[in-house]
Amino acid sequence: MVRHLVSTFAAIAVAAAIGGGAHAAEIKIGASAPKTGPLAGGAAVTHWPNIRLWVHQVNARGGLKLKSGKAKIKLIEYDDRTNPGEAIKAIQRLATQDKVDFIVAPFGTGFNLATAPIFARYGYPQLAVSAISDKIETLTKRYPNIFFMLGSTTTFAGAVADILSELRKKGVIGNRVAMVNVADAFGIELANAARPIFKKAGFEIVYDNSYPLGTQDLSPVVKAAKAAKPDAFVAWSYPPDTFALTEQAKIAGLDVKAFYTAVATCFPAYAAKFGKSIEGNLGAGGINPDTPEMKAYFAAHKKFIGKSPDYWASAVTYASLQILEQAIEGVGTTDRKAVIAYIKKNTFKTVIGDVTYKNQNSEKFWTVGQWQNGVFYGVRSTGRPGAKPVKVKQGW
Amino acid sequence: MKPTAREQRFFAVAAAGFVAAAALPAFDDGYWLSMGITIAMYTVLATSWALFSGPTRYIALSTAAFFGIGMYTVGIGIATVPYPLLLLAAGLIGAALGGIVGLATLRVSGVYFVIFTLGLAELVRQLFTWVQTTMGTSSGLYVLVDTSERLVYWQLLALAATVYLAGWAIGRSRLGFALRIIGDDETVASHSGINTARAKVALFVVSCTFAAVTGAVLAPRWNYVEPTNAFSAMLSFQVVIMALLGGAHRLWGPLVGVVPFALIWDVISAQAPNQSTLLLGVAFLLIVYFIPHGVIGLIEKQFRRRRAGYG
Repeated sequence: MVRHLVSTFAAIAVAAAIGGGAHAAEIKIGASAPKTGPLAGGAAVTHWPNIRLWVHQVNARGGLKLKSGKAKIKLIEYDDRTNPGEAIKAIQRLATQDKVDFIVAPFGTGFNLATAPIFARYGYPQLAVSAISDKIETLTKRYPNIFFMLGSTTTFAGAVADILSELRKKGVIGNRVAMVNVADAFGIELANAARPIFKKAGFEIVYDNSYPLGTQDLSPVVKAAKAAKPDAFVAWSYPPDTFALTEQAKIAGLDVKAFYTAVATCFPAYAAKFGKSIEGNLGAGGINPDTPEMKAYFAAHKKFIGKSPDYWASAVTYASLQILEQAIEGVGTTDRKAVIAYIKKNTFKTVIGDVTYKNQNSEKFWTVGQWQNGVFYGVRSTGRPGAKPVKVKQGW
Repeated sequence: MKPTAREQRFFAVAAAGFVAAAALPAFDDGYWLSMGITIAMYTVLATSWALFSGPTRYIALSTAAFFGIGMYTVGIGIATVPYPLLLLAAGLIGAALGGIVGLATLRVSGVYFVIFTLGLAELVRQLFTWVQTTMGTSSGLYVLVDTSERLVYWQLLALAATVYLAGWAIGRSRLGFALRIIGDDETVASHSGINTARAKVALFVVSCTFAAVTGAVLAPRWNYVEPTNAFSAMLSFQVVIMALLGGAHRLWGPLVGVVPFALIWDVISAQAPNQSTLLLGVAFLLIVYFIPHGVIGLIEKQFRRRRAGYG
């Protein structure tokens, strides 16, 4: 039985080698992310469409330009089922069985961290996007091939405090802030980061509460927040509760001059659901949609995928693939060591602007965006140009 | 308790099997080692699950709760406590909690028990989240220690060997006998003077301890422990399905369920990543329809047929 298996594998290996020889102009790129499980919904919006769009575009222009000629991308996809064990196995499979040339970083903080040792071990560059951590320094020291570009929780909380301070200075709002958070990873981390920052900025947190992930009825939360008579409402929320909180705030008439919900506020579906009533709503992320590169990206995404990308991590995911593309072409071979070194040393022209990694971390990112006339504009960033001035929310 | 000649032969085969399994990293320390870890992990979880649920026929859906507790023990303690001690601590915490849960619930039977254990993972998850929210730490915990795939694999193998030894010892003890009677008819068992509650709690504790230690062994491999991953209800269901596919009434039954299940699922998710859930559903239907008593049921049927033929 074992001998039979071995000979079968040998035959497959030989076939693969011959096949590889015949199609020399091919570069294999692997991707593993959730297609099922709790994170599948998010990955279907920000992750998978961008990989497909990028592969389509690169192949449409003949492939990646290597020294040996143009190489078309062959994409190998796996489902990690939102399970870290599966994610590790899938990356192992891509590295050792499929022997792909490069691997797209997985989706989600936990998954990027679980697979980081495997990426490091086989020397693959790991351009993490959807991974927000306050331990970036520790992690980049540990793994010389991992790169971050979406920011840290402290920066996100700081940017919200900054906007509130600006509105207070203008006399639009007072000191009273109502803050709620979803009791899960990202929400707890942000709420904990925000408390001292808000206090230091002189704000009084008049309502501070959390709700479990997956809470269906958030009207008690919104009503209690309203009863505290806040000037501003801040929710460190996930997609389902971002929608539910907005809905309830509308119903309860929570009339604040600054209304912030975190993840998914930037989704086109958010605007589609609430229409004009969300004018002035603040949310996590943002982009500068007016640059020609971003306009072209939106048009291409809409044409190829059939819908618009979100106004935050979608473009960053796409940018990470552009960086990989430029680094491979810059080196001119599939030498991964050289590609990692190239990424560390160079500046890349991407759809979100120029990206340079400093100690494996891109320090220029959007932190807060705002819906203004049906577009989610970036209003706060760390070094990205084109931020729009913040508008005061005028009711629902 | 001196093993019989048949048991000695069985021991020799099992020992050879473990030695062969332990040599896996020498042949491939990439993908197949990852596969080995998956199989070893589910073998420990499914076999220890069957230790309790096999004889008593109580379906426990609490594997994820204890697995997660083990993970969190390591996640919380890794900064201050040496790792081997954490494995021990995870086992003790798992056992203690298993005892409390067992005492509280094993007096309820049938579907009530199933529902309670299903809710337990969610309850523990919320509890951990609540503690972290109020204590003011972030809810993801970093377990950044130096470990390797082969080290994790060998730990799981050692754990599997312990499960089998424990299962064998329980099987020939008074406790094992008592449990089989409980499984057949609990009323008869209690009328025969068996303290049914105590017997059930004892076995439940054993089962929970192994699940907690498994979680603790895997925490350094995952690097990052967060509630949604550590307490995934999916894990509890998979363990039950694998154990039932193999056959829960024999000690080595779950193993013959875990191996084909892990391999088939892997082939499905590699060949058809977009239809994996659908194909898995079809595979379940086929299994339930064609091998209702598990792989082991099939084997035993063949065995009996052959014996009958000779006779």
